[in-house]
Amino acid sequence: MTTVPTGRAAGDPAALAAAATDAVLADLGSGAHRGVVVDSPPGAGKSTLVVRAAGELAQAGERLMIVAQTNNQVDDLLVRLVQDHPALTVGRLSATGYRLPPALVGTSVLNAEKAEALDACAVVVATAAKWALVQDRRWPWAIVDEAYQMRSDALLLVARLFDRALFVGDPGQLDPFATVDTSRWHSLSYDPSQSAVVVLRRHNPDLPVHRLPVSWRLPASAAPLVSEAFYPFTPFRSGTGPGERLLHFGAAREHDAYDAAVDVAAKSGWGLLELPARFTAAADEEAVHAVATLAARLLARGGTTIGERTPDGVPLDASRIAIGVSHREQRARVESALRDLGAAEIVVDTANRLQGREFDVTVVLHPLSGRRDATEFHLETGRLCVLASRHRHACLVVARAGIPDLLDAHPTADPVHLGVPVSFPDGWEANQAVLAELARHRVALSG
Amino acid sequence: MRTTGTTGAIAGRLEQLRGTLPTRNHNARTVAALAANPGCARRGVLDAAGIEKTVLADRLGFPARYGGRSPFAIGRGNVFEARVKADGGTELRRLLAETLGANPDAGALVDVEHESAGRPSREERVARTRDALARAARGEPDACAILDHPLLPLDVAGRRAYLEPDAMACRVAGRLYVVEIKSFAIIDGSADPGKLASATRQAAVYVHALRRLAAELGLDPDVVATDIVLVCAQDFSNRPVAVVLDVRRELATTRRRLERLSGVEELLGELPDTLTFDVDGDLAGEAVARVPAAYVPDCLSACELALFCRDEARGCGPGGGSVGTLGTSVRGALGGIEDIGDALALADGTRAARPGEEDVARLLRRAQALRTEVLGAEMPGSQAPGIALPRPVGPPAASRAELSGGVG
Amino acid sequence: MSAIAALGRLRAAATGAAQPAATVRHRHLSARPLVLVPYVLAGEAFAPLAVLVGTDRDRPHLLAVPQPRDRDRRFAHAAELGRLLLPYLGAFAAETETIERRGDDPYERSLDAPQVLVPTAGGVEYLRLLGRSTRFRRTDGEFAVAEEVPLLGRWSTWLADRAGVPGSSVLLAMTDLLTQAWVTGQSALEDGDLAALLAWIDPPAGQRGDRAARAVEGGPTAGPATDPAFDERLVPLIAAFDEAVAAERAEAAGAEARTDLGPRGRDAEQAIRDALAAELMPTWDRVWRGVELLGALPAGGSVAGRWEADRASYSFFAADLADPESRPQPRVPGAVSAAAQLATRERAQARLDAEQVRDDPLLMAAVRLAGEAFRGGLIAVDAERMVAEPGKKTARPRPMLTFATDDEPLFGPGTDLACVERPDAKARVLEAEPGRVVLELRGGMGGGKAPKPGSVPEVGEVLCWTSLIAEFRRGPDWPAVEDTPWTHGGPPPEPEPEVASDPDDDALEEWS
Repeated sequence: MTTVPTGRAAGDPAALAAAATDAVLADLGSGAHRGVVVDSPPGAGKSTLVVRAAGELAQAGERLMIVAQTNNQVDDLLVRLVQDHPALTVGRLSATGYRLPPALVGTSVLNAEKAEALDACAVVVATAAKWALVQDRRWPWAIVDEAYQMRSDALLLVARLFDRALFVGDPGQLDPFATVDTSRWHSLSYDPSQSAVVVLRRHNPDLPVHRLPVSWRLPASAAPLVSEAFYPFTPFRSGTGPGERLLHFGAAREHDAYDAAVDVAAKSGWGLLELPARFTAAADEEAVHAVATLAARLLARGGTTIGERTPDGVPLDASRIAIGVSHREQRARVESALRDLGAAEIVVDTANRLQGREFDVTVVLHPLSGRRDATEFHLETGRLCVLASRHRHACLVVARAGIPDLLDAHPTADPVHLGVPVSFPDGWEANQAVLAELARHRVALSG
Repeated sequence: MRTTGTTGAIAGRLEQLRGTLPTRNHNARTVAALAANPGCARRGVLDAAGIEKTVLADRLGFPARYGGRSPFAIGRGNVFEARVKADGGTELRRLLAETLGANPDAGALVDVEHESAGRPSREERVARTRDALARAARGEPDACAILDHPLLPLDVAGRRAYLEPDAMACRVAGRLYVVEIKSFAIIDGSADPGKLASATRQAAVYVHALRRLAAELGLDPDVVATDIVLVCAQDFSNRPVAVVLDVRRELATTRRRLERLSGVEELLGELPDTLTFDVDGDLAGEAVARVPAAYVPDCLSACELALFCRDEARGCGPGGGSVGTLGTSVRGALGGIEDIGDALALADGTRAARPGEEDVARLLRRAQALRTEVLGAEMPGSQAPGIALPRPVGPPAASRAELSGGVG
Repeated sequence: MSAIAALGRLRAAATGAAQPAATVRHRHLSARPLVLVPYVLAGEAFAPLAVLVGTDRDRPHLLAVPQPRDRDRRFAHAAELGRLLLPYLGAFAAETETIERRGDDPYERSLDAPQVLVPTAGGVEYLRLLGRSTRFRRTDGEFAVAEEVPLLGRWSTWLADRAGVPGSSVLLAMTDLLTQAWVTGQSALEDGDLAALLAWIDPPAGQRGDRAARAVEGGPTAGPATDPAFDERLVPLIAAFDEAVAAERAEAAGAEARTDLGPRGRDAEQAIRDALAAELMPTWDRVWRGVELLGALPAGGSVAGRWEADRASYSFFAADLADPESRPQPRVPGAVSAAAQLATRERAQARLDAEQVRDDPLLMAAVRLAGEAFRGGLIAVDAERMVAEPGKKTARPRPMLTFATDDEPLFGPGTDLACVERPDAKARVLEAEPGRVVLELRGGMGGGKAPKPGSVPEVGEVLCWTSLIAEFRRGPDWPAVEDTPWTHGGPPPEPEPEVASDPDDDALEEWS
């Protein structure tokens, strides 16, 4: 492989980011490569890159298809595309029953169920699943978004549609998963359960790989930790400096642990609300209640976020807060608790489904909280990475005490498969790094 | 780093615990196995004291079933290894060149153990290993290229252990690679993930020890590669095939476990000053029971003492033993409830939840109500439906096989 | 693990008796299964040592290899095994039914299919390796093997591949079948030992399961890996056999047929057979006892449907085998086949998950406990309710159903539900509060202006609704092999030759 140097994590972030983007576009334009891979840490301007690349390719007269993984991602990209390139003819290929969301109604986006209807469009956007059904069409260029979350079998179904492609994604998030045992395919270079990028690069080791060096989402308080814990060999920095992202709250009224945690997070960007050590079943009602209460308190405290794009401040309403959990059952229980607290508008979701999303403040139920034994699922690096990197201002973690002991007692017996690249860091080390940081922002909640 | 005084005191305590029980040298397998159940204090103390657990298990009346190797497997392994190393390592050099993309450096295959007549002492072997390693790292013209049967010193829990790798150190392009020869098969490019994992963990221990030794010699530890070469049998043949494995993850784990093991001091602090395991019969059981174990079913395939610990865990508590004997997934579903009878009493509503148990108690009561709704009341000792079949009557097993055997 | 399943284990541990893990049997059980109990030699990639095989409990065939490192004996063993297995495996292909398919040609599906039962999951791996080591063998040339050998290899490979498809029943491990039906008071790891598992489920009269299980631990292993202690006993027997063969060969200088043993060789072989028979027979009996126990359980409602898929797979494979152009399954699947295999298995898993909980109230209880289903009595019905959906002009029938339930479903308004008792019905949650769930019936009422008669449940019905809805999606259209895209390595160079061109590696090996 050739890794294109994108500079150290220093210097003017905007210049760094621009240089990286220019290098990507230069590689695309050179025509020397069938594919270009861009690794993007959380919030590093992946969509901006995709939209810019789409614009440049269209300008060069190349027809372009864009592959995203979910309908939401498709719609988000379309909104950005028509904003930045209002003159572009953009098509949206969609399944029966899909209706354009309000943000796209009245724009130039053409919606159709059949690819034939969009032949005149310079850019056509659809989910991988929808692209898989398209026959007898071919595009000179494709952009594959969230390519690390795409399974290689999904890429196999759409790769026949394009000659060259730009693959963009975040290698640190959750790997795609399968519902059956996939070990029998692991030693195959085209393992269908692996991520699209891993398989692509195993077969095309000479493709250029770029990295976006600046996270515009994560604040200065979070970027160093997330970079060190989850991207140890590919560091990045935050686009904003210390003090450029501010979070203000009205005065505390309850003066309890929740208020204290909110205040700690407002000041430092991190908060750990720690419940007494206890082993619990999957549904830890106390922790669920704490998570919901903390989120509701954030809302009740009437916060304001101030950032580089919003110097006058924006009220921290429910749409800017999210709660991250690990299991569906936890999500259901937290939602139910939020309904009781009158804060049902706050988004609650599992790490898998929060991938690619962004909020001002997040409240996270730690995957290992209350667990008697760690499992591969709960230790998975990508899970914690997703949960700890969704926020623009602050992240508050709710956990029971004792997780370091749990990690210490965790047996390491991961099976090894030939030909499977080792992923870094392992869950143990990433968890320790995050816990060490959180310990500095700890507020105890007595039971 | 601990002070010598403390280390000395710990060593004394460990010696007392061990008494006249036979010791076992750590090898890469035992060091790698430290990762199997790192939360177990009993295992931590016994390993730190270097006690041969098989002997202790015999004394406890629970002889280990685990650990025996088939004579067929041993024979095959020896033949395979000899074949790979034959002719001064000709085949091995070819494999290394093929997998690492560079020819091994010129130099002989030096066998630290069999270089001279008679079996050299441990100190001699360590000295030879150090010497060979230093010369190889300095790139001296007559340095060896392949170092067989090295003996590597490694501090484990404040005690110097000597690792006898069933592996070699090979010098390729100025770097040292750990090479492990295993006779299991790589069939169509894949091999048993469990066997691969244990080979990788062991190799990581050698890499760790070699890097330590390099540092002691004032060399850059990075002279020892974190990629290792594993030589296995190809498909169904005796022909060797080599693969490169990245052991950085396992190396980090090894380092962590060894650091944690040096925390044996705290474990010893909990024990009576006069405790020793060097006693007979019931007393041995009582002595071992003074050190808490963390038994889980996985111990059955990783620890010689597992049958003793399982029996202890099944027998403890008021009702049916520890929930851990049923596996970690069962234990995880029960929150912090430790005892089987205790959990059932909560489910049956015959015991009130203690503070902190309310969630689990509610869950168990609901689960029991659903089970009862579906299955009817489960009486203690009741049998599963459909089991009450008559047992078959037939001729004795072996005779029937003889009757119809002997085809061809 | 669900607390429902955990409670089963706790109860078993406390009472010393296995508890039900299911109320029905979730796999097909053949009226005439073939039981196969294999042993392999330790330390080798794959060297068969012995098998007990047969369809009659009272007539097991013992096939043993007195010197497993001797290539000729190994393949003679494979041929012998082929002569026993092939008639059974092929016997179901003749009787078929014609199945019509929407948008596709009709095909012939056999009325029944073979079923091979092995003691443990290791037996499935045994068949995979047996298949891999025999299906490429040539029946001519220097290292010719009997014609049964490659044929057996292809059948074994089909069985082992099919066993990886969730819900399939053509090749099953007895330990898996038993643990699906019963839960013991030991760990899942210990359940992997067929002897201990069966002792828990079916202890000798008057004994508790836990004690019976402890009593059989450490006895003869169910294989295919042998007990090292048994190997110690086997070493001198095999050495004696080698000596006998050598001595007899020296006597009859120049004798060629190595299977033609003299009296001394036959005695030595018999000693090995006796030792193996004694070690294997307890497992043989246990597998058949397991068959009896499982046969007494009623089959789940959708078991027959899944068995149809097995019968179809069997018919396709048998037809392929009969085609003179067909070749053995490749060593490893290509990019397209691998992706198709994964997709097939994931679809089968989704189907299995959905069908099993519908068939089995005990499995559904775990779903209810997790808040993803509820069971309740219908206390009020508004059958006349009509609603015009957003964006639609005409109002459609949307009857409102109010249930009383003790369950605690966690779904909020807007969740789509399916019904166990009324498979066609589709509903959406309007309200869920403790003790009461209100649903809107949205599907299964026919296309008319009013619901089809009988399609709206009536007050008093007790129904179970779940948010776990299986989506039965058609498989995607995979690219042709020659169109494998550049992202996945491009088209494979040349289809693999019918039989590996490089000489049989292990044929040339000296086994020592």
